[in-house]
Amino acid sequence: MRIFDPHIHMTSRTTDDYERMAAAGVRAVVEPAFWLGQPRTNPGSFADYFDSLVGWEPFRAGQFGVRHHATVALNPKEANDPRCRPVLDLLPRYLDKDTVVAVGEIGYDSMTPEEDEAFAAQLALAVAHDLPALVHTPHRDKARGVERSLAVVAESGIEPGRVVLDHLNEVTVKLARDTGCWLGFSIYPDTKMSPPRMVEILREHGTERMLVNSAADWGRSDPLLTRATGEAMLVAGFTEDDVDRVLWRNPVEFYGQSGRLDLTDLDLAGVDRPRDTFAGNSILRGGS
Amino acid sequence: MTPDQLRAALRGVPDPDWLAAALHQVAAEPATIERFFPAAGRRCGRHELPDLPGWTADEAARALLLTALPTDHARYAEALYRHGDAAERRAVLKALPLLPVGAAGVPLLHDAIRTNDTRLVAAALGPYARHLAPAAWRQAVLKCVFTGVPLAVVADLDARADGELAAMLAALAAERQAAGRTLPADATDLLDRLSADRASTAAGRAGGSDRLSTREA
Repeated sequence: MRIFDPHIHMTSRTTDDYERMAAAGVRAVVEPAFWLGQPRTNPGSFADYFDSLVGWEPFRAGQFGVRHHATVALNPKEANDPRCRPVLDLLPRYLDKDTVVAVGEIGYDSMTPEEDEAFAAQLALAVAHDLPALVHTPHRDKARGVERSLAVVAESGIEPGRVVLDHLNEVTVKLARDTGCWLGFSIYPDTKMSPPRMVEILREHGTERMLVNSAADWGRSDPLLTRATGEAMLVAGFTEDDVDRVLWRNPVEFYGQSGRLDLTDLDLAGVDRPRDTFAGNSILRGGS
Repeated sequence: MTPDQLRAALRGVPDPDWLAAALHQVAAEPATIERFFPAAGRRCGRHELPDLPGWTADEAARALLLTALPTDHARYAEALYRHGDAAERRAVLKALPLLPVGAAGVPLLHDAIRTNDTRLVAAALGPYARHLAPAAWRQAVLKCVFTGVPLAVVADLDARADGELAAMLAALAAERQAAGRTLPADATDLLDRLSADRASTAAGRAGGSDRLSTREA
């Protein structure tokens, strides 16, 4: 089972995790820029963090045979701190980097006017840099947050197929299903989604435009829940090809829209692939 | 290494017109290098260049972009390094010996050698490392041994290796031995060569020749 985790915060994880992930079949990850638990107080703190996302962390991942890409943004929570707003001016520099494959995580935390502004400004950056966007949906007042996010996305003019709405669940998937956006689900030990609930959603809504991630970070989370979800799919009667689509080809297709996803020379030994594979495991460099 | 050699090795890249236009533009409007530099990897590829061992296409293209600047090489090299991802930083380090910057790039070497990214450490020890002071250079060589960077990447290794480096390597060998571990073979070989030098110098001293201390001078 080859696995591409489209949302995982490896900066917060140990090398033990990289080892276990590689053993479980994880060969590629996307690490979105987010909140670090401790609020930051100045743009320089973000610059060092973004540098790490395009410097040290890909090196660390590479030592375990895992290809690392990133998304970069001012997250919704810290968009509310005026001291962090100048981070928006730093972003264009990072959105030019080879391994940055989307703008994200953007969206809402508490749905404030400051979040409105940062969200719209960063969707405009995604359009300007020809990059997809990763939209975090809020944990509180989630359904209204998803509706409002969809309205902002529509207003921005970005093509819906270049947007993923993340952290969806049984309730919010219905709001997003027919918008043309991609649908992201974070599988957690006890919050957000679980593997059995994810399987039910896939049964009801199909595998198209579905992204499954562990969103593992510094909180209670598990980087192997992507694998657990794949196994739960097989037990429930999905085919290996279905699993490959959800856990590999879908994230390759979504982030491949950046023109920057580089999965060449990955060692897929030990990962039993279904016969009908997708050419996208060697997305060519080039494009924008 | 010369810009012409880089240019020749890059003839087969996927998008040679992009590179030619970028070089032209950088010569005319230096600030445009800030957008071309990060894009060079996806435009020119990242494969090893068959005609230029030790260089990848993105590194060579970025080095060439730096050489195309009409002026302010040191300022741009520093800014592109400080704002670069790991691949861009590596390219700046490898370009330094081609640029008219004197010793101005030394702080970038110090920065790269402080990291634990072995690709950056290796790139900092090319020909431009002749500007590194002996103490910093020896520490960097020892760091290569520690982190498994092949000593073949170190420019002028034998010419520059001195008694002090030999003492540091011997101490590391002793620590490794005590721990039941070994040194990489290239480090053992270097230590053997330095020890042999020392022995022959001691023997030669009676005859008036002192190769090792000449080298240390």
